[in-house]
Amino acid sequence: MLLQTALEAASQAAHPLSGTVAEWVWLLPVLPLAGFVINGLLSLNNAHFGPSDPNTAEHHPHPEVLDAAGTHGEEGGSGDDDHAVKRHRWAGVVSIVGPGVLIIAFGLAVAMWQAMAGAHPEAPFVQRYFSWMPVGSLQIDAAFQLDQLSMVMILVITGVGALIHVFSVGYMRDDPGYPRYFSYLNLFVFFMLVLVLGANYPVLFVGWEGVGLCSYLLIGFWFNDKANADAGKKAFIVNRIGDFGLLVAMFMLFANIGVLDFIGVNAKAVELGAGSALVTAICLFMFLGCTGKSAQIPLYIWLPDAMAGPTPVSALIHAATMVTAGVYLIARSAALFSLSPVASLTVAVVGAVTAIFAATIGLKQWDIKKVLAYSTISQLGYMFVGVGVGAYVSGMFHLVTHAFFKALLFLGSGSVIHAMHAAYHRTHSHEDAQDMRNMGGLKRFLPLTCGLMWIATLAISGIPPLSGFFSKDEILGTVFARAHGSTLATASWLGVPGGTLLYIIYGIGLAAAFLTAVYMTRMMLYTFHGPTRTGTEEENYLHEPSWTMTGPLVVLGILTVAGGWLNLPELVTDLIPLGPREVLGHFLDPVVGSATARITAGASHVPAATEEALILTAVVIAVSGILFAVWRLKPAKVPRKRDAVPETGLEGLVANKYYVDEEIDRFIVEPTYKVSRTFLWRIVDNGIIDGLFVNGSAALARAFGWIGSRLQTGNTGEYAWAIVVGVLILLGAFTLR
Amino acid sequence: MPEHYPLFYTFHFYFFGVIAIASAIAFVTRKSPVAAALWLVNTMFALSAEYVLLDAQFIGVMQVLVYAGAIMVVFLFVVMLLNLGHPSELAAARGTGWKLAAGLIGLGLLSEIMVILRAKLPQQLIVPRDFNEQQLAKLNAVGTIAQPLFKDYLLAFELTSVLLLVAIAGAVILGRGRAVGAR
Amino acid sequence: MLAESLALTAALFIVGVIGVLIHRNAIIIFMCVELMLTAVNLTFVAFSRFYGTAGQVFVVFVMTVSAAEAAVGLAIIIAIFRHRQTINLKDINLLKG
Repeated sequence: MLLQTALEAASQAAHPLSGTVAEWVWLLPVLPLAGFVINGLLSLNNAHFGPSDPNTAEHHPHPEVLDAAGTHGEEGGSGDDDHAVKRHRWAGVVSIVGPGVLIIAFGLAVAMWQAMAGAHPEAPFVQRYFSWMPVGSLQIDAAFQLDQLSMVMILVITGVGALIHVFSVGYMRDDPGYPRYFSYLNLFVFFMLVLVLGANYPVLFVGWEGVGLCSYLLIGFWFNDKANADAGKKAFIVNRIGDFGLLVAMFMLFANIGVLDFIGVNAKAVELGAGSALVTAICLFMFLGCTGKSAQIPLYIWLPDAMAGPTPVSALIHAATMVTAGVYLIARSAALFSLSPVASLTVAVVGAVTAIFAATIGLKQWDIKKVLAYSTISQLGYMFVGVGVGAYVSGMFHLVTHAFFKALLFLGSGSVIHAMHAAYHRTHSHEDAQDMRNMGGLKRFLPLTCGLMWIATLAISGIPPLSGFFSKDEILGTVFARAHGSTLATASWLGVPGGTLLYIIYGIGLAAAFLTAVYMTRMMLYTFHGPTRTGTEEENYLHEPSWTMTGPLVVLGILTVAGGWLNLPELVTDLIPLGPREVLGHFLDPVVGSATARITAGASHVPAATEEALILTAVVIAVSGILFAVWRLKPAKVPRKRDAVPETGLEGLVANKYYVDEEIDRFIVEPTYKVSRTFLWRIVDNGIIDGLFVNGSAALARAFGWIGSRLQTGNTGEYAWAIVVGVLILLGAFTLR
Repeated sequence: MPEHYPLFYTFHFYFFGVIAIASAIAFVTRKSPVAAALWLVNTMFALSAEYVLLDAQFIGVMQVLVYAGAIMVVFLFVVMLLNLGHPSELAAARGTGWKLAAGLIGLGLLSEIMVILRAKLPQQLIVPRDFNEQQLAKLNAVGTIAQPLFKDYLLAFELTSVLLLVAIAGAVILGRGRAVGAR
Repeated sequence: MLAESLALTAALFIVGVIGVLIHRNAIIIFMCVELMLTAVNLTFVAFSRFYGTAGQVFVVFVMTVSAAEAAVGLAIIIAIFRHRQTINLKDINLLKG
């Protein structure tokens, strides 16, 4: 496309980043890819294939202490902890390579960020590597694009990713599939980097699909247990439904403006017509992809099941990076979404509803990871509210801070689970190590983890001055501001005026914030405070994990506290000189600035007094949530899991996640099975394809053969007939012409 | 160019034409080869008259000499030789269905030929009316054929003689009997 | 005259074709072929009336070839009859695969 080349030339010719370390952007994904290859090859060594694969685990997976050579029973038990565990032969190399490539990549990312911060480029830095799909008017290149938005994502991915890799060294220490785990994890980081570095939608889509694949591989990591494999399949299939949406959006984009690279789309987006049905359709299809990847209604159902994977996986993929790909996509396509108020409002509405819906479910979950899963869905809802109302910076800000404290929460729960497993293993107990009803009072045994997780809980509830407060408050404040004046407020969403809708969203946001504080405090109370329900014998074996696991926790804790400084609002810096104002906002302005301006065109500035009131409201809500939980929830009254009575009534409805999965089974999955079995299999596959086409063509060939055989009887008289009839036909051709 | 033919001419043309067709139909519908052969001879005679009417006197005479006199005689010789004269020994024609189909095919072919023959031939090729008479006057009847035969079509003439030689040899060998080539 | 001659020719030819199709007696079929050749001869002569003597020359050739063909064909029929004692086409089916 000439336009692309021209823009590229314009941006490349004197791009401030050419010639700097930014030219090495290709190395960023290649490093984890090399890690994948090396770890993958190492995992093939000493691998056991077949039914005796020692990568077995029970329904609730825990790092099994299994002798890699053989003698293993159904569950653990080949020795006590004093006995030296026979780890994978190459575990040492993998422990260096796996996290190592990430740390190097992070260092490289920091260097690039420095270059970018110094150069202040206005346009993205695109590196074209080769022409990938030149098909007539469709010219798709394999190209990477480095701009401020992708820079933020890269720092989060490599930074938090490196920490989680280090954590995994400790967490997965005794797992026989150790190298396989790291190879998959590295592959995931590779694909995620491709996703955020892609300079056009197809390259992004490669990364999009790739992270879906790695999610499947990692969720079903302990695949010998069918439930885990099913969870992996569910994640992949539900993702696919979303991917269809993204594909359709790409097709429509190409059909209408003929370009698929971000620079080109941003330039030509206005041609689609502001507020037209076309751009709304494109955005809605794209959002369908986001609901799949980022677990929003209606495609969130895979995320709670995904907790079947190892906890660091949940931290990396289902908290910090993969699920944020949807938010990134919308921020990347800000030019499109800002043109369609209806689509943006839809995004915000779905985000808000998801936020509160997931928050209610989180209130009654007993598995610690499920609580965090629903919390993730809820917080993702917030992010979508942010990008939905055109606050792309706020959405990204919450993405970054959420990565910090959610990873901290997941890793913290990982160290809790690790300790519980070790304890149950020593006492040869079969209890569920992830159920909060079996925990309690763990503060005594894991003080560091408890303290750090409390920091994260306060952050997610929105207590100042932690990072979560700044990011969440910014989103809610922007919703309010948009309700006052913007293209969204003047638009109409299914008959409801945009302004009213935005106020409702704001209200839902506040309610969800309250519930967030409640269920997170509940989680902390039941896990760390109150009486210990673990069992007296196990208490002897509960202890803090090693430095490989607590180290990343500490780093994440620091980031959770300090993260707010990324984007301090003007209001605060005017009152208290805490630091530079809106660093992230200014940083991302070249990328999303024009789109944001399109939405806020003509809007008036919200008065400072209103802003202060909003902030105060948010803080009050958060604090009251925590106090409410402390007041109403009695950790002492919680029964152990084996003594627990199933909930009934409204409690039961929420505890069973509103029976959404069961209903989907009944109304979608079962009918699909039936149709497949009776119609598609029997009629189409057996009857039409096998019978009509395959057998039919054979029968046709036989028929022709039969005709041919009747023509060659050896009887001269019949040959004479054939000749005469042939002449008749031939002359007929002449006559008719 | 519409030509005007005297009634005498036209009458004889149609007369011999009808005889030819009637004899041909009779020939086809006989069961006995001898009868069929004789009817064919009659057809040849009628056609010979047609040739004369079309200013091809030499050909007309040749028709009688060669076709009726030589070829048909050979046919009759073979029929007599192989004692195939009696209808009871002979192969009957095909059944009624086949006859009907054959009739339809024949009609189809006939109609197609009729349609095709409507195509107009170029007028420049038509020679003047009295061309043949002039030729006849210049050379006599034999000469009008002999001259092109030995001048323009000499090669074909020679090849045909070779063909005849081969045919003779082939007929002798094929008709010789069991011990072919053993002696 | 040309049109009428050609009509006569066509009719004779078709009669020959029908004869070939109907009969199973080899000799009669042969004679039908001769009839077809004669019809073609008439065509040539009819055209030569209007387009020059080349037609008649060709008739000479056709007659010659017809004679040769009759000789050889009848020799073949005699040979077959000697072997098979029949000239019914239904029974002459050694070509049957």
